[in-house]
Amino acid sequence: MNWIAYEKPKNLDEALRLLERAGGKGRVIAGGTDLILQLKKREYLADLLVDITGIQDMKRIREEDGWVRIGAGVTHREVARNSMIQREARALAQGCGQVGSPQIRNMGTLVGNVVSAQPAADGAIPLMVLEAELKLVSSAGERWMALEKAYRGIGLSAIDATREVVSEVRFRKSGERCATGFFRMARRKALALPILNGAVSLQLDFSKDRIEKARIAIGPVAEKPFRSRRAETYLESAAISPKNLLEACRIASEEANPRTSLRGSAGYRKEMIRVYLFRTIERILDELRKTG
Amino acid sequence: MNRQKVRIKVNGNWVEREAQPDRMLLDFLREDLGLTGTKKGCEEGECGTCTIIMDGRTVLSCLVPAVKADGAEILTVEGMAEGEKLHPIQQAFWEEGAVQCGYCTPGMLLSAKALLDKNSEPAVEEVKEAISGNLCRCTGYGRIIRAIQVASERMRR
Repeated sequence: MNWIAYEKPKNLDEALRLLERAGGKGRVIAGGTDLILQLKKREYLADLLVDITGIQDMKRIREEDGWVRIGAGVTHREVARNSMIQREARALAQGCGQVGSPQIRNMGTLVGNVVSAQPAADGAIPLMVLEAELKLVSSAGERWMALEKAYRGIGLSAIDATREVVSEVRFRKSGERCATGFFRMARRKALALPILNGAVSLQLDFSKDRIEKARIAIGPVAEKPFRSRRAETYLESAAISPKNLLEACRIASEEANPRTSLRGSAGYRKEMIRVYLFRTIERILDELRKTG
Repeated sequence: MNRQKVRIKVNGNWVEREAQPDRMLLDFLREDLGLTGTKKGCEEGECGTCTIIMDGRTVLSCLVPAVKADGAEILTVEGMAEGEKLHPIQQAFWEEGAVQCGYCTPGMLLSAKALLDKNSEPAVEEVKEAISGNLCRCTGYGRIIRAIQVASERMRR
């Protein structure tokens, strides 16, 4: 026997009330593609599941005051197919378009992908380079949390889903001199966890000769989606040249710390970081030069 | 344990039953409603044989609590044919030899239907993507893809 009650409130206040009444024995659920399995395996125990996908206000993707805001009920499919997301944050559309399988993308939500806290989550990796923030709501009030702070370890979120609801994720719209890209390496094109995945965001300066801002995220090479800070700093300080780009990718490979697993060895993953990162950076630079 | 009301429209008919909150829609369909066309495979969301169409989208009924589906419109493989007349996708699967052991077939049919409902003339890559969440361990993908293309041609006529 598992959870003994399942509620699908129509608004956030009701969801919070239900969680509060459950006194720590309730848990927020959205698409359920991870959580239902974890509950079946007894990795989590809950008496009450509070399904937030019936809350209409959380099903929207919005553009507001320079921010892109994605509600907690928005599925991977909806993110992947949204033309504004494709324009503003292509890496995110690409990442969400490669989660699991079509059925999983129809069910699972982007915010759920974050709360599941897997280090190579195809939705969360692009959100890292977009420097996204999560809006957390509980009976105590609202607060924003940087995505990076939302992790405690592999599969362990810093968000207490027994008491708090993540209502949305947001990130700043990037300018014209900015573009993003995503890469993914897996045994099959669907239903296969990544051997490696990553996202890159690059912003050029006005002359288009230098990278003003670089953001790189890679998984699974650490306990959480990994920001390659040394490689980012290097890209921001060096002139754009094949030699320097290769050096940045070498640094990223060096600072990443992948494990050897059934999916691939640590050495192979390190090698592939250099290859895939280089290709992704080149693709983004090509695109930025074309739009100039 | 409090049973909760589940009212769903299955294959065009509203039905109402009570279910335990942790009963999965797959078991609800198969055991409570007797609709055994939806197959139980991995029960982990990997194989796709339990695929149904819920409110116009393919979902995995092994990962959906029945109570979550309350109020939803559901199509299972039983709802595809009209009486004795097979749905054009089913007809094409039969004619093109797209069925081997048959276990993946109900899920394949529904993934194909969800595709063709939205995209009447899919490219072969789009067909492949649409069935990428349905595993066929007889590996008869070539004929399945062909059958979906044949069905799409016929349905456009």
